Amino acid sequence: MNALVTGILLGGFYAALAIGLSIAFGLLDIVNIAHPAFIILGAFVAFIFNSQFGLDPILVSVIFAPVFFLIGVLIYKVYYASFEKTGAEALRGLAFFFGVMFIIEVLLIIYFGVDFQMVQADYIDFKLTFGGGVDLPFRMLVPFVIAMIMTLGLQYFSSKTFFGKAMQAVAQDPVALRLMAIDPARIKRIAFGISLATCSIAGALFVIVMPIEPSIGRLYIGIVFAIVVLGGLGSQTGTLIGAMLLGLVESLITTFFGPSWSPAVAFGALILVLAFKPTGILGRVGDTRG
Amino acid sequence: MTSNNKFYSIIVGLAVLAYLATALVDNQYYFFAGFAILQLMIMALAWNILGGYVGYVNFGSAAFFGLGAYAAIFVMEYFKADLFTQIITAGCFSAIVGLATGALTLRLRGVYFAIATLALLVVSETLILNWDYVGGAAGAYILPKRNPTVLGLLIVGKENALFGNYKELLFFVLCIFGLVTIVICRLIERSKFGRGLEALRDNEQAAESMGVPTLRLKLIATTISASIMGFTGGVFPYYMTFIDPISAFNLDISVNALAMPLIGGTATWLGPVLGAVVLGTLQQIATVTISSEINLLIVGLFLVGFVIFAPDGFLGLIKKFRNRGD
Repeated sequence: MNALVTGILLGGFYAALAIGLSIAFGLLDIVNIAHPAFIILGAFVAFIFNSQFGLDPILVSVIFAPVFFLIGVLIYKVYYASFEKTGAEALRGLAFFFGVMFIIEVLLIIYFGVDFQMVQADYIDFKLTFGGGVDLPFRMLVPFVIAMIMTLGLQYFSSKTFFGKAMQAVAQDPVALRLMAIDPARIKRIAFGISLATCSIAGALFVIVMPIEPSIGRLYIGIVFAIVVLGGLGSQTGTLIGAMLLGLVESLITTFFGPSWSPAVAFGALILVLAFKPTGILGRVGDTRG
Repeated sequence: MTSNNKFYSIIVGLAVLAYLATALVDNQYYFFAGFAILQLMIMALAWNILGGYVGYVNFGSAAFFGLGAYAAIFVMEYFKADLFTQIITAGCFSAIVGLATGALTLRLRGVYFAIATLALLVVSETLILNWDYVGGAAGAYILPKRNPTVLGLLIVGKENALFGNYKELLFFVLCIFGLVTIVICRLIERSKFGRGLEALRDNEQAAESMGVPTLRLKLIATTISASIMGFTGGVFPYYMTFIDPISAFNLDISVNALAMPLIGGTATWLGPVLGAVVLGTLQQIATVTISSEINLLIVGLFLVGFVIFAPDGFLGLIKKFRNRGD
């Protein structure tokens, strides 16, 4: 029972990590391998302000979300001009993000060292205990709630607002969008900014859930991509379901086999999904082949 | 002298030179640095077979490398196999894994292959971490045999042997292997197989409709690339005399394997070689004079800089420079 609760909480947290990528990779077709690295960057920002000024990590992350948005806009500008325009995104675009990831990582290592760091907040050590051995630790519950707000908010944003619909349209048919006198590159720029802004918040959640070190993001590359692919590219609901599924499986595996096996499960699931059902659970058909 | 003869005489010349170096040079640091650069070069060449010639990005070079290393450890523990059997097993095992990964994911768009290889890296690291027979998380030690002989010849020993010590022998082995890899890459470039790869890189659908068996070609390329990485991995534990999953499956290996060709140029074998030699030397200098974190930063910055500003790498720059001269 406890494993199930833990799994759902973990799933919510995973949704927060993956939701930005579901926009970048799922809708915009930008394979941002550096997504987890940006999350860790956000986590370190939250850590600095928390340890220096005692600010709440989530508050810090919300304040810094616009900064991440701007970074995203800038990166997309470079990406668009250097790779997308010339059609070189497959090889060099991928390598570009891989390089960005390493630069972020090494800069963090040079600045903070390789030690684990964590944040302080009143609610982190708080815990609700129910009958039947079910625990609700606040260090998981708070990220879960914030993650839900973020995921559902984005879901609402992309299905109800004009800009959200424009984002979906970019994914479906950029040429048609251009015929409507809307510049797809501008939409994508803003959408990628939003994707990175979620990294700021996801970073704060990350550092609440567990201690961080500069290269820990590597372990999450597979998990976030697995969730996005599992959920069917670009669907926020799908991403949420994928995240829950992975959280549950991982929690059960950890309970029954021990934590050292859990990474293999997430990645194994990814390989199997890619091999046998590449369109995901709620998939966009005919998108992964060719 | 035709260009072919010239090429092969240079290769043979380099092999002889490498052997002379092991006999004449005393300072062991040069072998250490040389080994590191050679390893970079071979991994870069192997990556380029798939990444450069076919255009499929492999993030999991470290997986094939690490699996090779651990295949070598396994046959050593289980069959008490000698060095050469180990290296060959390593290559074959990685080739099989490469073929399987390719078969599962190469039908998809290239991006998915890239992500799947990254996943393969973590899966294989986790498996090895949990497998105590080959050392598990604690790692494994390798004790080289004393006074090994091949066909009655003493290979490693203090006197009257071909090599003074194991490091020199392994340096030489890797040198030969590097030269062989260059030859393989050049052969691929000039063969019908290589032209098929080129066609499918430029336009997969067009190539397919012209009758190029794209999937088969991709699978062959993946298998060759993976097996070369496995061979390189097979030499590694012997050289370090100690191995653990964290060093064998390190993502740094992947980023290096991918960065060198992109920095040097992906069109021909010369690109990865140039990239690895220039950057590898720079890394060795940076490690000695500043710190080992800096050398990854150098690779990262170079990689990002080159993919944005000089998409054809050193080779492209050289070409541009020459054309300007005319």
